[in-house]
Amino acid sequence: MNIFHILKEIEKVDENVFDRLDPRRAVFKHFGGFGKKLVAAAVPLAFGSMLNKAYGQSGTTPSVREVLEFALKLENLEYYFYKRAADTNIFPTPAGKTAFGVIRDHEEDHVNFLRTAITGLGGAAPTSYTDANFDWTADGLLGNNTFTDYPTMLAVAQAFEDTGVRAYKGAAPALISNNDVLQAALQIHSVEARHAAHLRRMRRDMPSGVANLKPWITMKDRGGIPPEFQGIYDGEEAVSQASVTITGTFGGVAIDANAASEAFDEPLTVAQVNAIVAPFLA
Amino acid sequence: MFTLNFKTMAKNLNSDSEQQVLQAWKNPLNRRSFLRYTGAGVAASAILLTGCDDDDDSTVTDNMPGAVNLGSGDVGVLNYAYALEQLEAAFYTAVVALPNFSTLFTSATERQVLTDIRNHEIAHREFFKAAITGAAASQIIPSLTPNLPANALSSRASILNLAKTFEDLGVAAYNGAGKLITNPTYLGIAGKIVSVEARHAAEIRDMIENGTFASGAAGITAGNIVDANGLDVALTPTQVLAAAQPFIRETINGNNLPTN
Repeated sequence: MNIFHILKEIEKVDENVFDRLDPRRAVFKHFGGFGKKLVAAAVPLAFGSMLNKAYGQSGTTPSVREVLEFALKLENLEYYFYKRAADTNIFPTPAGKTAFGVIRDHEEDHVNFLRTAITGLGGAAPTSYTDANFDWTADGLLGNNTFTDYPTMLAVAQAFEDTGVRAYKGAAPALISNNDVLQAALQIHSVEARHAAHLRRMRRDMPSGVANLKPWITMKDRGGIPPEFQGIYDGEEAVSQASVTITGTFGGVAIDANAASEAFDEPLTVAQVNAIVAPFLA
Repeated sequence: MFTLNFKTMAKNLNSDSEQQVLQAWKNPLNRRSFLRYTGAGVAASAILLTGCDDDDDSTVTDNMPGAVNLGSGDVGVLNYAYALEQLEAAFYTAVVALPNFSTLFTSATERQVLTDIRNHEIAHREFFKAAITGAAASQIIPSLTPNLPANALSSRASILNLAKTFEDLGVAAYNGAGKLITNPTYLGIAGKIVSVEARHAAEIRDMIENGTFASGAAGITAGNIVDANGLDVALTPTQVLAAAQPFIRETINGNNLPTN
Protein backbone atom coordinates (compact mmCIF):
# COMPACT_ATOMS: atom_id res chain seq x y z
CA MET A 1 0.00 0.00 0.00
CA ASN A 2 1.55 3.21 -1.21
CA ILE A 3 0.08 6.06 0.83
CA PHE A 4 1.56 8.77 -1.36
CA HIS A 5 0.24 7.17 -4.50
CA ILE A 6 -3.23 7.20 -2.95
CA LEU A 7 -2.83 10.84 -1.94
CA LYS A 8 -1.85 11.69 -5.50
CA GLU A 9 -4.93 9.88 -6.77
CA ILE A 10 -7.08 11.83 -4.33
CA GLU A 11 -5.40 15.02 -5.46
CA LYS A 12 -6.79 14.41 -8.95
CA VAL A 13 -10.33 14.83 -7.64
CA ASP A 14 -9.52 17.10 -4.72
CA GLU A 15 -6.58 19.36 -5.37
CA ASN A 16 -6.75 20.56 -1.78
CA VAL A 17 -6.03 17.18 -0.25
CA PHE A 18 -2.57 18.21 0.95
CA ASP A 19 -3.98 21.44 2.34
CA ARG A 20 -6.60 19.47 4.18
CA LEU A 21 -4.02 17.16 5.65
CA ASP A 22 -1.26 19.67 6.28
CA PRO A 23 -2.90 21.68 9.10
CA ARG A 24 -3.35 18.40 10.86
CA ARG A 25 0.34 17.69 11.08
CA ALA A 26 -0.27 16.19 14.50
CA VAL A 27 -2.30 13.48 12.82
CA PHE A 28 0.55 12.81 10.42
CA LYS A 29 3.03 12.61 13.27
CA HIS A 30 0.74 10.34 15.20
CA PHE A 31 0.33 8.19 12.12
CA GLY A 32 4.08 8.06 11.52
CA GLY A 33 4.67 6.87 15.05
CA PHE A 34 1.99 4.26 14.62
CA GLY A 35 3.48 2.99 11.38
CA LYS A 36 6.45 1.40 13.06
CA LYS A 37 4.38 -0.51 15.54
CA LEU A 38 1.40 -1.47 13.41
CA VAL A 39 1.30 -4.59 11.34
CA ALA A 40 0.84 -3.86 7.66
CA ALA A 41 -2.79 -4.96 7.65
CA ALA A 42 -3.76 -2.28 10.15
CA VAL A 43 -2.27 0.57 8.12
CA PRO A 44 -5.23 1.04 5.78
CA LEU A 45 -7.52 1.39 8.77
CA ALA A 46 -5.38 4.06 10.36
CA PHE A 47 -5.09 5.83 7.03
CA GLY A 48 -8.84 5.69 6.50
CA SER A 49 -9.43 7.23 9.88
CA MET A 50 -6.92 9.98 9.10
CA LEU A 51 -8.70 10.79 5.83
CA ASN A 52 -12.04 10.74 7.59
CA LYS A 53 -10.71 13.30 10.02
CA ALA A 54 -9.34 15.50 7.25
CA TYR A 55 -12.57 15.34 5.28
CA GLY A 56 -14.80 15.38 8.34
CA GLN A 57 -13.83 18.97 9.08
CA SER A 58 -16.55 21.46 8.29
CA GLY A 59 -14.77 23.25 5.48
CA THR A 60 -16.29 24.24 2.16
CA THR A 61 -17.18 20.66 1.23
CA PRO A 62 -19.10 18.73 3.88
CA SER A 63 -18.29 15.05 4.31
CA VAL A 64 -20.65 12.36 3.09
CA ARG A 65 -21.53 11.66 6.70
CA GLU A 66 -22.31 15.33 7.37
CA VAL A 67 -24.53 15.49 4.29
CA LEU A 68 -26.43 12.36 5.33
CA GLU A 69 -26.88 13.61 8.91
CA PHE A 70 -28.13 16.93 7.57
CA ALA A 71 -30.62 15.08 5.35
CA LEU A 72 -31.62 12.86 8.28
CA LYS A 73 -32.52 15.91 10.36
CA LEU A 74 -34.72 17.31 7.58
CA GLU A 75 -36.40 13.98 6.93
CA ASN A 76 -37.18 13.59 10.63
CA LEU A 77 -38.64 17.09 10.72
CA GLU A 78 -40.88 16.14 7.79
CA TYR A 79 -41.77 12.72 9.13
CA TYR A 80 -42.85 13.93 12.57
CA PHE A 81 -44.78 16.78 10.97
CA TYR A 82 -46.72 14.48 8.63
CA LYS A 83 -47.19 11.91 11.40
CA ARG A 84 -49.15 14.47 13.41
CA ALA A 85 -50.78 16.11 10.38
CA ALA A 86 -52.07 12.89 8.80
CA ASP A 87 -53.71 11.98 12.11
CA THR A 88 -55.80 15.16 12.24
CA ASN A 89 -59.36 15.36 11.02
CA ILE A 90 -59.22 18.81 9.51
CA PHE A 91 -58.99 17.62 5.90
CA PRO A 92 -61.93 18.87 3.81
CA THR A 93 -61.73 15.75 1.60
CA PRO A 94 -60.60 12.16 2.18
CA ALA A 95 -58.13 12.56 -0.72
CA GLY A 96 -56.14 15.10 1.27
CA LYS A 97 -55.79 12.81 4.25
CA THR A 98 -54.77 9.94 1.99
CA ALA A 99 -52.11 12.10 0.32
CA PHE A 100 -50.68 13.10 3.69
CA GLY A 101 -50.50 9.43 4.65
CA VAL A 102 -48.62 8.62 1.45
CA ILE A 103 -46.14 11.43 2.05
CA ARG A 104 -45.70 10.53 5.74
CA ASP A 105 -44.81 6.97 4.74
CA HIS A 106 -42.25 8.19 2.21
CA GLU A 107 -40.60 10.43 4.80
CA GLU A 108 -40.46 7.53 7.23
CA ASP A 109 -38.86 5.41 4.49
CA HIS A 110 -36.32 8.17 3.90
CA VAL A 111 -35.48 8.33 7.62
CA ASN A 112 -34.91 4.58 7.73
CA PHE A 113 -32.96 4.57 4.47
CA LEU A 114 -30.64 7.37 5.65
CA ARG A 115 -30.08 5.69 9.01
CA THR A 116 -29.04 2.52 7.21
CA ALA A 117 -26.75 4.48 4.90
CA ILE A 118 -25.07 6.30 7.80
CA THR A 119 -24.64 3.06 9.69
CA GLY A 120 -23.03 1.62 6.56
CA LEU A 121 -20.37 4.34 6.62
CA GLY A 122 -19.20 3.12 10.02
CA GLY A 123 -18.41 5.35 12.94
CA ALA A 124 -20.92 6.64 15.47
CA ALA A 125 -24.58 5.61 15.23
CA PRO A 126 -26.88 8.00 13.33
CA THR A 127 -28.61 10.68 15.40
CA SER A 128 -32.05 9.70 16.69
CA TYR A 129 -34.96 12.15 16.80
CA THR A 130 -38.38 12.22 18.43
CA ASP A 131 -41.35 14.56 18.10
CA ALA A 132 -40.00 16.45 21.13
CA ASN A 133 -37.03 17.63 19.06
CA PHE A 134 -39.30 19.88 17.04
CA ASP A 135 -41.23 23.07 17.73
CA TRP A 136 -44.42 23.02 15.70
CA THR A 137 -45.25 26.63 16.58
CA ALA A 138 -42.12 27.67 14.66
CA ASP A 139 -40.85 29.58 17.67
CA GLY A 140 -44.32 30.99 18.26
CA LEU A 141 -44.79 32.31 14.73
CA LEU A 142 -47.57 29.86 13.87
CA GLY A 143 -49.11 29.68 17.34
CA ASN A 144 -51.20 26.54 17.66
CA ASN A 145 -52.40 26.68 14.04
CA THR A 146 -50.01 24.14 12.57
CA PHE A 147 -52.30 21.16 13.15
CA THR A 148 -55.64 22.94 13.70
CA ASP A 149 -55.88 25.29 10.71
CA TYR A 150 -55.94 23.51 7.34
CA PRO A 151 -54.42 26.34 5.23
CA THR A 152 -51.60 26.74 7.77
CA MET A 153 -50.94 22.99 7.81
CA LEU A 154 -50.71 22.89 4.00
CA ALA A 155 -48.51 26.00 3.96
CA VAL A 156 -46.06 24.39 6.39
CA ALA A 157 -46.06 21.23 4.28
CA GLN A 158 -45.29 23.19 1.11
CA ALA A 159 -42.56 25.08 2.95
CA PHE A 160 -40.93 21.83 4.09
CA GLU A 161 -41.14 20.17 0.67
CA ASP A 162 -39.84 23.10 -1.34
CA THR A 163 -37.03 23.48 1.21
CA GLY A 164 -36.25 19.78 1.03
CA VAL A 165 -35.92 19.89 -2.73
CA ARG A 166 -33.49 22.80 -2.52
CA ALA A 167 -31.54 21.21 0.34
CA TYR A 168 -30.82 17.94 -1.50
CA LYS A 169 -29.94 19.92 -4.60
CA GLY A 170 -27.40 21.94 -2.65
CA ALA A 171 -25.89 18.81 -1.13
CA ALA A 172 -25.66 16.68 -4.29
CA PRO A 173 -22.35 18.06 -5.62
CA ALA A 174 -20.72 17.21 -2.26
CA LEU A 175 -21.64 13.58 -2.94
CA ILE A 176 -20.02 13.47 -6.39
CA SER A 177 -17.31 11.15 -5.09
CA ASN A 178 -19.78 8.49 -3.90
CA ASN A 179 -21.95 7.16 -6.75
CA ASP A 180 -24.28 5.06 -4.62
CA VAL A 181 -25.03 7.80 -2.12
CA LEU A 182 -25.34 10.40 -4.88
CA GLN A 183 -27.89 8.34 -6.80
CA ALA A 184 -29.93 7.58 -3.67
CA ALA A 185 -29.93 11.29 -2.77
CA LEU A 186 -31.20 12.11 -6.26
CA GLN A 187 -33.90 9.45 -5.94
CA ILE A 188 -35.09 10.98 -2.65
CA HIS A 189 -34.79 14.49 -4.08
CA SER A 190 -37.22 13.81 -6.94
CA VAL A 191 -39.73 12.25 -4.55
CA GLU A 192 -39.62 15.45 -2.47
CA ALA A 193 -40.28 17.39 -5.67
CA ARG A 194 -43.30 15.20 -6.43
CA HIS A 195 -44.59 15.91 -2.91
CA ALA A 196 -44.00 19.64 -3.37
CA ALA A 197 -45.98 19.65 -6.62
CA HIS A 198 -48.90 17.85 -5.00
CA LEU A 199 -48.92 20.13 -1.94
CA ARG A 200 -49.08 23.14 -4.23
CA ARG A 201 -51.95 21.53 -6.14
CA MET A 202 -53.75 20.90 -2.83
CA ARG A 203 -53.30 24.54 -1.80
CA ARG A 204 -54.62 25.69 -5.17
CA ASP A 205 -57.67 23.44 -4.95
CA MET A 206 -58.57 23.83 -1.24
CA PRO A 207 -61.63 25.89 -0.23
CA SER A 208 -60.64 29.57 -0.66
CA GLY A 209 -57.43 28.24 -2.17
CA VAL A 210 -54.42 30.12 -3.47
CA ALA A 211 -55.57 31.11 -6.95
CA ASN A 212 -53.17 30.26 -9.77
CA LEU A 213 -50.65 28.57 -7.49
CA LYS A 214 -48.61 26.29 -9.74
CA PRO A 215 -46.84 22.99 -9.04
CA TRP A 216 -43.58 24.82 -9.88
CA ILE A 217 -41.98 27.92 -8.39
CA THR A 218 -42.46 31.14 -10.34
CA MET A 219 -39.68 33.66 -9.73
CA LYS A 220 -39.31 33.84 -5.92
CA ASP A 221 -43.03 33.83 -5.18
CA ARG A 222 -43.95 32.33 -1.79
CA GLY A 223 -47.45 31.41 -2.93
CA GLY A 224 -49.04 33.13 0.04
CA ILE A 225 -47.06 31.54 2.86
CA PRO A 226 -45.88 33.97 5.60
CA PRO A 227 -43.11 36.45 4.68
CA GLU A 228 -40.92 35.01 7.44
CA PHE A 229 -40.38 32.06 5.07
CA GLN A 230 -39.19 34.12 2.11
CA GLY A 231 -35.76 32.52 2.46
CA ILE A 232 -37.24 29.31 1.04
CA TYR A 233 -37.78 31.06 -2.29
CA ASP A 234 -35.01 33.64 -2.53
CA GLY A 235 -32.74 32.84 -5.45
CA GLU A 236 -35.42 30.89 -7.35
CA GLU A 237 -35.83 33.88 -9.67
CA ALA A 238 -32.65 32.99 -11.61
CA VAL A 239 -33.05 33.27 -15.39
CA SER A 240 -29.47 32.39 -16.30
CA GLN A 241 -27.86 28.97 -15.87
CA ALA A 242 -24.13 28.25 -16.18
CA SER A 243 -23.75 31.55 -18.08
CA VAL A 244 -26.55 30.65 -20.51
CA THR A 245 -29.44 33.12 -20.69
CA ILE A 246 -32.64 31.08 -20.55
CA THR A 247 -35.09 33.76 -21.69
CA GLY A 248 -35.65 34.34 -25.40
CA THR A 249 -37.83 33.32 -28.31
CA PHE A 250 -37.26 29.86 -29.73
CA GLY A 251 -39.18 28.53 -32.72
CA GLY A 252 -41.77 31.26 -32.19
CA VAL A 253 -42.31 30.45 -28.49
CA ALA A 254 -41.36 33.23 -26.08
CA ILE A 255 -39.70 32.03 -22.87
CA ASP A 256 -40.19 34.89 -20.43
CA ALA A 257 -38.59 35.34 -17.01
CA ASN A 258 -41.44 33.49 -15.28
CA ALA A 259 -41.02 30.40 -17.46
CA ALA A 260 -37.22 30.59 -17.30
CA SER A 261 -37.29 30.69 -13.50
CA GLU A 262 -39.85 27.88 -13.24
CA ALA A 263 -37.83 25.60 -15.53
CA PHE A 264 -34.91 25.35 -13.08
CA ASP A 265 -35.15 24.80 -9.32
CA GLU A 266 -32.27 26.33 -7.39
CA PRO A 267 -30.10 24.90 -4.61
CA LEU A 268 -29.74 26.18 -1.05
CA THR A 269 -26.59 25.88 1.03
CA VAL A 270 -26.57 23.90 4.28
CA ALA A 271 -26.35 27.20 6.19
CA GLN A 272 -29.37 28.64 4.37
CA VAL A 273 -31.44 25.53 5.04
CA ASN A 274 -30.43 25.50 8.70
CA ALA A 275 -31.55 29.12 9.03
CA ILE A 276 -34.92 28.25 7.44
CA VAL A 277 -35.64 25.27 9.68
CA ALA A 278 -34.14 26.74 12.89
CA PRO A 279 -37.54 27.97 14.24
CA PHE A 280 -38.87 24.41 13.98
CA LEU A 281 -36.11 22.93 16.12
CA ALA A 282 -36.97 22.73 19.81
CA MET B 1 -17.06 32.56 -32.06
CA PHE B 2 -20.20 31.57 -30.24
CA THR B 3 -22.31 34.16 -32.06
CA LEU B 4 -20.91 33.05 -35.35
CA ASN B 5 -21.71 29.43 -34.66
CA PHE B 6 -25.16 30.31 -33.56
CA LYS B 7 -25.85 32.23 -36.74
CA THR B 8 -24.60 29.39 -38.88
CA MET B 9 -26.83 27.00 -36.98
CA ALA B 10 -29.83 29.24 -37.37
CA LYS B 11 -29.19 29.30 -41.08
CA ASN B 12 -28.89 25.54 -41.28
CA LEU B 13 -32.05 25.17 -39.29
CA ASN B 14 -34.30 26.51 -42.00
CA SER B 15 -32.90 24.55 -44.88
CA ASP B 16 -32.72 21.32 -42.89
CA SER B 17 -36.23 21.71 -41.56
CA GLU B 18 -37.53 22.31 -45.03
CA GLN B 19 -35.68 19.31 -46.31
CA GLN B 20 -37.12 17.12 -43.59
CA VAL B 21 -40.62 18.35 -44.27
CA LEU B 22 -40.24 17.72 -47.98
CA GLN B 23 -38.81 14.30 -47.27
CA ALA B 24 -41.68 13.42 -44.97
CA TRP B 25 -44.29 14.52 -47.48
CA LYS B 26 -42.68 12.77 -50.41
CA ASN B 27 -43.44 9.37 -49.00
CA PRO B 28 -47.17 8.56 -48.90
CA LEU B 29 -46.78 6.33 -45.87
CA ASN B 30 -44.94 9.01 -43.94
CA ARG B 31 -47.51 11.54 -45.01
CA ARG B 32 -50.38 9.39 -43.84
CA SER B 33 -48.92 8.68 -40.43
CA PHE B 34 -47.84 12.27 -40.15
CA LEU B 35 -51.43 13.38 -40.71
CA ARG B 36 -52.71 10.83 -38.26
CA TYR B 37 -50.59 11.89 -35.37
CA THR B 38 -50.90 15.57 -36.00
CA GLY B 39 -54.65 15.42 -36.22
CA ALA B 40 -54.12 16.86 -39.72
CA GLY B 41 -54.06 20.35 -38.32
CA VAL B 42 -50.76 21.02 -36.67
CA ALA B 43 -48.31 23.05 -38.66
CA ALA B 44 -45.33 20.98 -39.67
CA SER B 45 -43.05 23.34 -37.82
CA ALA B 46 -44.68 22.43 -34.54
CA ILE B 47 -43.75 18.80 -34.95
CA LEU B 48 -40.21 19.27 -36.18
CA LEU B 49 -37.69 19.73 -33.47
CA THR B 50 -35.81 22.95 -33.70
CA GLY B 51 -32.08 23.08 -33.48
CA CYS B 52 -29.14 22.65 -35.73
CA ASP B 53 -28.81 19.59 -37.84
CA ASP B 54 -25.43 18.67 -39.16
CA ASP B 55 -26.45 15.11 -39.82
CA ASP B 56 -27.04 15.19 -43.50
CA ASP B 57 -26.13 11.69 -44.49
CA SER B 58 -29.52 10.50 -45.68
CA THR B 59 -30.51 10.54 -49.32
CA VAL B 60 -33.79 12.00 -50.48
CA THR B 61 -35.36 8.59 -50.94
CA ASP B 62 -34.14 7.25 -47.62
CA ASN B 63 -36.95 7.16 -45.06
CA MET B 64 -34.64 6.38 -42.19
CA PRO B 65 -32.77 9.36 -40.91
CA GLY B 66 -29.24 8.52 -39.84
CA ALA B 67 -27.97 7.09 -36.63
CA VAL B 68 -27.04 9.57 -33.93
CA ASN B 69 -24.12 8.85 -31.62
CA LEU B 70 -24.38 10.67 -28.29
CA GLY B 71 -20.64 10.52 -27.74
CA SER B 72 -18.70 9.96 -24.53
CA GLY B 73 -17.85 11.64 -21.23
CA ASP B 74 -19.74 14.60 -19.83
CA VAL B 75 -20.55 15.87 -23.34
CA GLY B 76 -22.14 12.51 -24.10
CA VAL B 77 -24.31 12.79 -21.00
CA LEU B 78 -25.28 16.34 -21.97
CA ASN B 79 -26.21 15.10 -25.46
CA TYR B 80 -28.27 12.36 -23.83
CA ALA B 81 -30.20 14.95 -21.81
CA TYR B 82 -30.47 17.18 -24.91
CA ALA B 83 -32.02 14.28 -26.86
CA LEU B 84 -34.64 13.65 -24.16
CA GLU B 85 -35.45 17.34 -23.79
CA GLN B 86 -35.86 17.62 -27.57
CA LEU B 87 -38.38 14.80 -27.47
CA GLU B 88 -40.34 16.33 -24.59
CA ALA B 89 -40.31 19.83 -26.08
CA ALA B 90 -41.53 18.55 -29.44
CA PHE B 91 -44.32 16.58 -27.83
CA TYR B 92 -45.71 19.45 -25.75
CA THR B 93 -45.25 21.90 -28.63
CA ALA B 94 -47.43 19.63 -30.74
CA VAL B 95 -49.99 19.26 -27.94
CA VAL B 96 -50.36 22.99 -27.31
CA ALA B 97 -50.56 23.65 -31.07
CA LEU B 98 -53.44 21.22 -31.60
CA PRO B 99 -56.38 23.04 -33.22
CA ASN B 100 -58.69 21.26 -30.79
CA PHE B 101 -56.45 21.86 -27.75
CA SER B 102 -59.18 23.75 -25.89
CA THR B 103 -61.80 21.12 -26.62
CA LEU B 104 -59.54 18.29 -25.50
CA PHE B 105 -58.61 20.28 -22.39
CA THR B 106 -61.66 22.25 -21.34
CA SER B 107 -60.08 23.45 -18.09
CA ALA B 108 -58.07 26.67 -18.47
CA THR B 109 -55.91 25.52 -15.55
CA GLU B 110 -54.97 22.33 -17.39
CA ARG B 111 -54.20 24.25 -20.57
CA GLN B 112 -51.95 26.53 -18.55
CA VAL B 113 -50.19 23.53 -16.99
CA LEU B 114 -49.45 22.01 -20.40
CA THR B 115 -48.36 25.36 -21.83
CA ASP B 116 -46.05 25.92 -18.85
CA ILE B 117 -44.54 22.47 -19.28
CA ARG B 118 -43.99 23.13 -22.99
CA ASN B 119 -42.13 26.31 -22.08
CA HIS B 120 -40.01 24.55 -19.45
CA GLU B 121 -39.02 21.79 -21.87
CA ILE B 122 -38.12 24.34 -24.54
CA ALA B 123 -36.03 26.19 -21.93
CA HIS B 124 -34.25 22.92 -21.06
CA ARG B 125 -33.68 22.04 -24.71
CA GLU B 126 -32.28 25.46 -25.54
CA PHE B 127 -30.09 25.41 -22.45
CA PHE B 128 -28.44 22.14 -23.52
CA LYS B 129 -28.10 23.35 -27.09
CA ALA B 130 -26.26 26.45 -25.94
CA ALA B 131 -24.23 24.68 -23.24
CA ILE B 132 -23.04 21.88 -25.52
CA THR B 133 -22.32 24.33 -28.33
CA GLY B 134 -20.25 26.38 -25.90
CA ALA B 135 -18.37 23.41 -24.48
CA ALA B 136 -17.89 21.19 -27.52
CA ALA B 137 -19.57 22.61 -30.63
CA SER B 138 -18.29 19.83 -32.86
CA GLN B 139 -19.87 17.12 -30.70
CA ILE B 140 -23.46 18.35 -30.39
CA ILE B 141 -26.06 15.95 -31.74
CA PRO B 142 -28.40 17.19 -34.47
CA SER B 143 -32.08 17.95 -34.19
CA LEU B 144 -34.05 14.77 -33.78
CA THR B 145 -37.31 13.89 -35.50
CA PRO B 146 -40.07 12.69 -33.17
CA ASN B 147 -42.07 9.62 -34.06
CA LEU B 148 -45.27 9.82 -32.05
CA PRO B 149 -47.61 6.84 -32.19
CA ALA B 150 -50.83 7.12 -34.16
CA ASN B 151 -53.59 8.62 -32.03
CA ALA B 152 -51.08 9.86 -29.46
CA LEU B 153 -52.61 13.31 -29.68
CA SER B 154 -56.21 12.28 -30.24
CA SER B 155 -57.63 12.51 -26.73
CA ARG B 156 -56.99 13.99 -23.31
CA ALA B 157 -56.25 10.50 -21.98
CA SER B 158 -53.78 9.56 -24.73
CA ILE B 159 -51.93 12.86 -24.38
CA LEU B 160 -51.68 12.60 -20.59
CA ASN B 161 -50.58 8.98 -20.74
CA LEU B 162 -47.75 9.78 -23.11
CA ALA B 163 -46.87 12.85 -21.02
CA LYS B 164 -46.68 10.63 -17.95
CA THR B 165 -44.31 8.25 -19.74
CA PHE B 166 -42.07 11.08 -20.88
CA GLU B 167 -41.98 12.81 -17.48
CA ASP B 168 -41.40 9.71 -15.38
CA LEU B 169 -38.78 8.59 -17.90
CA GLY B 170 -37.11 12.00 -17.71
CA VAL B 171 -36.94 11.84 -13.92
CA ALA B 172 -35.54 8.29 -14.00
CA ALA B 173 -33.02 9.30 -16.67
CA TYR B 174 -31.62 12.23 -14.68
CA ASN B 175 -31.64 10.19 -11.47
CA GLY B 176 -29.57 7.51 -13.21
CA ALA B 177 -27.29 9.92 -15.06
CA GLY B 178 -26.18 12.05 -12.10
CA LYS B 179 -23.42 9.65 -11.13
CA LEU B 180 -22.13 9.57 -14.71
CA ILE B 181 -21.32 13.29 -14.64
CA THR B 182 -17.85 14.36 -13.52
CA ASN B 183 -18.24 18.15 -13.73
CA PRO B 184 -19.94 19.50 -10.55
CA THR B 185 -21.49 22.40 -12.48
CA TYR B 186 -23.22 20.03 -14.90
CA LEU B 187 -24.28 17.81 -11.99
CA GLY B 188 -25.79 20.89 -10.35
CA ILE B 189 -27.69 21.76 -13.52
CA ALA B 190 -29.01 18.21 -13.84
CA GLY B 191 -30.26 18.54 -10.26
CA LYS B 192 -31.97 21.83 -11.05
CA ILE B 193 -33.79 20.25 -13.99
CA VAL B 194 -34.73 16.88 -12.53
CA SER B 195 -36.84 18.32 -9.73
CA VAL B 196 -38.80 20.36 -12.26
CA GLU B 197 -39.36 17.19 -14.30
CA ALA B 198 -40.55 15.52 -11.09
CA ARG B 199 -42.97 18.39 -10.48
CA HIS B 200 -44.27 17.87 -14.03
CA ALA B 201 -44.54 14.12 -13.50
CA ALA B 202 -46.50 14.57 -10.27
CA GLU B 203 -48.91 17.05 -11.81
CA ILE B 204 -49.51 14.94 -14.94
CA ARG B 205 -50.12 11.87 -12.78
CA ASP B 206 -52.54 13.85 -10.63
CA MET B 207 -54.34 15.06 -13.77
CA ILE B 208 -54.82 11.42 -14.75
CA GLU B 209 -55.86 10.38 -11.26
CA ASN B 210 -55.62 12.72 -8.30
CA GLY B 211 -53.37 11.34 -5.56
CA THR B 212 -51.05 9.31 -7.80
CA PHE B 213 -48.30 11.98 -7.79
CA ALA B 214 -45.84 9.61 -6.11
CA SER B 215 -47.62 6.30 -5.93
CA GLY B 216 -48.89 3.50 -8.13
CA ALA B 217 -47.22 1.55 -10.90
CA ALA B 218 -44.13 3.10 -12.42
CA GLY B 219 -45.24 2.19 -15.94
CA ILE B 220 -41.76 2.79 -17.35
CA THR B 221 -40.36 -0.18 -15.44
CA ALA B 222 -41.56 -2.97 -13.17
CA GLY B 223 -42.64 -2.00 -9.66
CA ASN B 224 -43.96 1.25 -8.24
CA ILE B 225 -42.90 4.78 -9.11
CA VAL B 226 -41.66 5.17 -5.52
CA ASP B 227 -40.20 2.00 -4.00
CA ALA B 228 -40.30 0.60 -0.46
CA ASN B 229 -37.30 2.74 0.50
CA GLY B 230 -39.13 5.88 -0.58
CA LEU B 231 -36.88 6.18 -3.65
CA ASP B 232 -37.94 7.34 -7.11
CA VAL B 233 -36.96 5.32 -10.19
CA ALA B 234 -33.42 5.61 -11.57
CA LEU B 235 -32.62 4.06 -14.96
CA THR B 236 -29.41 3.67 -16.94
CA PRO B 237 -29.06 5.37 -20.33
CA THR B 238 -29.39 1.96 -21.96
CA GLN B 239 -32.75 1.40 -20.27
CA VAL B 240 -33.97 4.93 -20.99
CA LEU B 241 -32.89 4.88 -24.63
CA ALA B 242 -34.63 1.55 -25.17
CA ALA B 243 -37.85 3.11 -23.87
CA ALA B 244 -37.42 6.39 -25.78
CA GLN B 245 -36.23 4.97 -29.11
CA PRO B 246 -39.71 4.13 -30.45
CA PHE B 247 -40.57 7.84 -30.19
CA ILE B 248 -37.55 9.05 -32.16
CA ARG B 249 -36.95 8.42 -35.89
CA GLU B 250 -33.17 8.53 -35.70
CA THR B 251 -31.40 5.57 -34.14
CA ILE B 252 -29.81 6.81 -30.94
CA ASN B 253 -26.50 5.22 -30.04
CA GLY B 254 -25.49 5.61 -26.40
CA ASN B 255 -22.82 2.94 -26.44
CA ASN B 256 -20.01 5.37 -25.67
CA LEU B 257 -21.70 6.97 -22.66
CA PRO B 258 -20.00 6.46 -19.30
CA THR B 259 -21.41 3.61 -17.24
CA ASN B 260 -20.33 4.69 -13.77
